[in-house]
Amino acid sequence: MAIEVKIPTILRTYTDGAKAVDGAGETLSALIDNLDGSHPGLKGRLITDEGSLHRFVNVYVNDEDVRFTGSLETTLKDGDSVTILPAVAGGSR
Amino acid sequence: MLTIDQATYDAIVAHARRDHPDEACGIVAGPEGSDRPARFVPMLNAARSPTFYEFDSADLLQLYKELDANDEEPVVVYHSHTATEAYPSRTDISYASEPNAHYVLVSTRSEGETEFRSYRIVDGVVTEEPVEVVASYA
Repeated sequence: MAIEVKIPTILRTYTDGAKAVDGAGETLSALIDNLDGSHPGLKGRLITDEGSLHRFVNVYVNDEDVRFTGSLETTLKDGDSVTILPAVAGGSR
Repeated sequence: MLTIDQATYDAIVAHARRDHPDEACGIVAGPEGSDRPARFVPMLNAARSPTFYEFDSADLLQLYKELDANDEEPVVVYHSHTATEAYPSRTDISYASEPNAHYVLVSTRSEGETEFRSYRIVDGVVTEEPVEVVASYA
């Protein structure tokens, strides 16, 4: 079961500069655990201490923002494509 | 230092003025590794707020696909502050995640003059840099 995961510039320090890596898992949560095994530290940049997805990152499964598909419980299947992007946001406060 | 051409500079300021009192946001893309802001891409502020900005998540994905296909990167990430100075807020710093980008802040708090300042934001550390406006890139 291979799922391609696209990695943003800011997180490529964890992937030896690779723009995309392969992972496995039946849910997004399991995939992130799997990725953290091969790229230690990655999980901490994606998931908060409370165990939810960080608001600083957007994660898409096949172009669908996972916030609308069950977040970390989003189910995955072989051949799915996952994209991680840093949220672009800010403000004057 | 940020080197930017006059037309792009003017386009950023015009966008900030147009969306005032809401915050305006966007990027200027350039060839990867060139450090040259070449393609102006105004974005919609999905928050439509005078104190917050956020790229819509679908727009963000579309933008990065485009950049990827063109071998481009965001050379400038800009947004406006509409009632405060053109300096990164704590929120701006916590979200900043493009280590190669120039973070441009425009303040439209004064009707007469527009502040236009540029920063590097890496690992939460803000460093202001000079802005050089050129007629065109050599």
